[in-house]
Amino acid sequence: MKSAVIVFPGSNRDRDMQYALTRITGDAPQMIWHAEPTLPPLDLIVLPGGFSYGDYLRTGAIAARSPVMRAVADAAAKGVPVLGVCNGFQILCEAGLLPGILMRNASLRFICRDVHLRVETADSPFTRAYAKGDVFRTPVAHGEGNYTADAETLARLNGEDRVAFRYVTAAGEATAEANANGSVENIAGILSDRRNVLGLMPHPENMIEPAHGNTGGRRLFESLTHTLVAA
Amino acid sequence: MQARVTVTLKTGILDPQGKAIEGALASLGFSGVGSVRQGKVFDIALEETDPARAKAQLDAMCEKLLANTVIESYRVELV
Amino acid sequence: MSSASPIAAEPTITPALVAEHGLKPDEYQRILALIGREPTITELGIFSAMWNEHCSYKSSKRWLRTLPTRGPRVVYGPGENAGVVDIGDGQVVVFKMESHNHPSYIEPYQGAATGVGGILRDVFTMGARPIAAMNALFFGAPDHPKTQHLVSGVVGGIGGYGNSFGVPTIAGMVMFDPRYNGNILVNAFAAGLADRDAIFTSQAEGIGRPVVYLGSKTGRDGIHGATMASAAFGGEDSDEKRPTVQVGDPFAEKLLLEACLELMASGAVVAIQDMGAAGLTSSAVEMGAKGNLGIRLDLDRVPTREERMTAYEMMLSESQERMLMVLHADKEAEAAAIFRKWGLDFAIVGETTDDLRFRIIHGGHEVANLPIKDLGDQAPEYDRPWEAPEAHAPVLADTLAEPADYGATLLKLIGSPDVASRRWVWEQYDHLVQGNTVQRPGGDAGVVRIDGTTKALAFTTDVTPRYCAADPFEGAKQAVAETWRNLSAVGAEPLAITDNLNFGNPERPAIMGEFVAAIRGIDAACRALAYPVVSGNVSLYNETDGVGIPPTPTIGGVGLLPDHRAMATVALKTEGEAILLIGADGHHLGRSIYLRDVAGRDEGAPPPVDLDAERAAGDLVRRLIRQGKVTACHDISDGGLIVAVAEMAMAGGVGAIVTAPGGVNRLGWLFGEDQARYVVTCRPEDAAAILEAAGLAGVPGRSIGLTGGDSVGVAGLFGVSLAKLRAAHENWFPSMMAAG
Repeated sequence: MKSAVIVFPGSNRDRDMQYALTRITGDAPQMIWHAEPTLPPLDLIVLPGGFSYGDYLRTGAIAARSPVMRAVADAAAKGVPVLGVCNGFQILCEAGLLPGILMRNASLRFICRDVHLRVETADSPFTRAYAKGDVFRTPVAHGEGNYTADAETLARLNGEDRVAFRYVTAAGEATAEANANGSVENIAGILSDRRNVLGLMPHPENMIEPAHGNTGGRRLFESLTHTLVAA
Repeated sequence: MQARVTVTLKTGILDPQGKAIEGALASLGFSGVGSVRQGKVFDIALEETDPARAKAQLDAMCEKLLANTVIESYRVELV
Repeated sequence: MSSASPIAAEPTITPALVAEHGLKPDEYQRILALIGREPTITELGIFSAMWNEHCSYKSSKRWLRTLPTRGPRVVYGPGENAGVVDIGDGQVVVFKMESHNHPSYIEPYQGAATGVGGILRDVFTMGARPIAAMNALFFGAPDHPKTQHLVSGVVGGIGGYGNSFGVPTIAGMVMFDPRYNGNILVNAFAAGLADRDAIFTSQAEGIGRPVVYLGSKTGRDGIHGATMASAAFGGEDSDEKRPTVQVGDPFAEKLLLEACLELMASGAVVAIQDMGAAGLTSSAVEMGAKGNLGIRLDLDRVPTREERMTAYEMMLSESQERMLMVLHADKEAEAAAIFRKWGLDFAIVGETTDDLRFRIIHGGHEVANLPIKDLGDQAPEYDRPWEAPEAHAPVLADTLAEPADYGATLLKLIGSPDVASRRWVWEQYDHLVQGNTVQRPGGDAGVVRIDGTTKALAFTTDVTPRYCAADPFEGAKQAVAETWRNLSAVGAEPLAITDNLNFGNPERPAIMGEFVAAIRGIDAACRALAYPVVSGNVSLYNETDGVGIPPTPTIGGVGLLPDHRAMATVALKTEGEAILLIGADGHHLGRSIYLRDVAGRDEGAPPPVDLDAERAAGDLVRRLIRQGKVTACHDISDGGLIVAVAEMAMAGGVGAIVTAPGGVNRLGWLFGEDQARYVVTCRPEDAAAILEAAGLAGVPGRSIGLTGGDSVGVAGLFGVSLAKLRAAHENWFPSMMAAG
């Protein structure tokens, strides 16, 4: 499988993602510097976590205007799966590839802890190996993950089955207490209208092996492997 | 009475955000940008009608909360 | 060799100006004798920076030299940017801890952030990629009016820098004591991983090689910061004397890290030194003096972000995220390209020379011309007078009345300021980035695995200031021993330590006496445990209005696990397991949390540390963990045995009931803080074998109870539900921070 991780100045989970992709898909991704104006043919593009450009101005804002992002948008338009994790999600929103925006956490503090996610749809290249309603554990580590969108956008996301994950309790309830950052409707991840772009705040790449304490994030990558091998 | 408070980093204090934005503007093709310094703007509605007292209140707000006077300076305007 | 020609605006060097630079009259005489003329203002600034306490260690050097710094695994000990220790397979761990106390009191967010930035630079300057960070924080009383603001700012700053940079902050400590009200301590630790044959140092080599400046531009940040960090705060007017605060830029530092590692891999780097305190001055002098070379700097080439900076200002600026390098001349272009790619300033600002002079050119004038080696070698060194600290009598349990309600007492201790959960703090630190964290904060030590191997490194930082205040010798021994114990408790072999020695004014014989006793304590413990000191930092003059901090020799310990899959954690795993006490029954209550927070008496001698017992117990526990016989392990420290058991129960969500042996004093047995002890759990069928192994090792041990249920208690005495314990343990910190 031919995948690429885009490296921006300030990306810091690019290596984590490289490790997870190599481990689970069996192929090492290409690491592509943000200044590249073009991309080779790819089966998967990943925008990793971190603090691109120091989170200065607005999270993801400066990275979204990098040369490589035009090529990412073109690939997405052609149906190439694009995964944005944490800062990657923020960049996708700033680039207009996903609707809505990530605001400062409701607690106003950075938060690093495990959360539970409920799979809201299995209908995407990223969630195919899960069943709808599955609950898994994975960590968050962010200061600005509070997903916000206007009522119309929310209605569309819900109506088109584009909410991929919600923050829930271990028992699967989407309560206020389980909502790690104050996101509207406990939303942790969303899909694009063509379902080939996923943005999520939690870090599945940090929970793939027993040494991580849990392997809850693994199936997201396995979904991609199955999808792409099948395709 | 309506007021606008502008908080900026004091002269000489490093502004990492301004520096990053400066670089981004250049890479987007905006040439001739000398330097960028980022600050914050607060629009505040006050019940006070006396300008001198309003100014005093706003100064106090800046000293106590809106600005970190170790590294930031502020400007108060009544509009 | 030309003599320095003063520029037009050169001020006259008056005794007042000399004093303002923190130089004593006899120190100034020493300068005159050394250079045979009056110094220029720039030269005076350079001397003040090089000869202050922070850079010269003039009060502490004599004592630091006595510490054990060698060992079979030590590659570089003190004297480099960080210590370097071999961990097998051609790899080394590089680590150091350093204080940023005064800046953090003045501007807590930026002070702590730049502290983290400085220590990370110390590590990657040596060619190591940072893999773990931790920090030891000491604040004033929880209800002191400044504490909330300081905690919030410091924790925010540490997270703000480390999270963005991308290093996991995996362990640390937070303590409260009114004696830190006017002088908080922020001690930051960083560790990195490198190949043994790819370590870089500051020792320049070769004449006529380019001296290269890289990183962020120079501004007027923290001028006199290094001088300030070595002078006591002045009460009333300290607000007005606030110097320019340094602002950290973790984004620039992350770019600097990647650029430096790329540059090092290219083979262009001869020597490298980060610009910390008195940035350009100390880094250039260090590189030249170590390499027996002169250095000539042309300040007109230094990238600046403010106009009309003087030579004096440029030489003393503490702008962050800057490095100085000596490069191979033929690799200049390659190096410049790497830095351009990462968007960092890169400028050739000078060259190495054969004259052993430190020469500074600015605006066509030579504004300084000094003997480069003498700047360091001829710095004053003091054998300051000291008084032995006063001894205190032990407080044994049988001299105290029992509490009326043991359950309420346990609840109080578990929710007390120094025992309550630090979750509020460490959840603001990204402790998972890099994907290698195998033991998170909240246990005895943080552990990160090493990619491509089964190895892992364990990290802990410890010191108990209330012990050190009562007996700096035993307290310092205890600090070293507790790190050794915490590393052993996860199954790691303790390798070496870094020490961050925070004390008051060394010109007072009583404070100097605390320092000497603490050094002797560290020395004794390190020798007995074969646990050398490989790096460190001294922070003196931590006092406000004549009130000094308690002596605080913070110790950072690093240990190695050959296989992280054989690692212990504190969490109880399942019901029906045996609970064993490894070590003797407790009875020492002097300076315990119980005596201070329940009985209201901060009295007596701290528990003595028997280093032979410590070593025997630690070696035993580590062996049992590696054999897979231990299901959970926790060292016994603050609050004693029952607090340790309660922490294990809360972590695992499994209750525990213990039984006090007949004939022991229950108060001392439950709350005594005797050293060299652990609580372990095991499958019930393994208990006898473990106790037999303990007997053979000469370590006392006994079976004390069983896991299970949903409460923690002592049979026939009390039981407290896990829910109540958790509430008390978890709520204290958030409540303190929310209090209006």
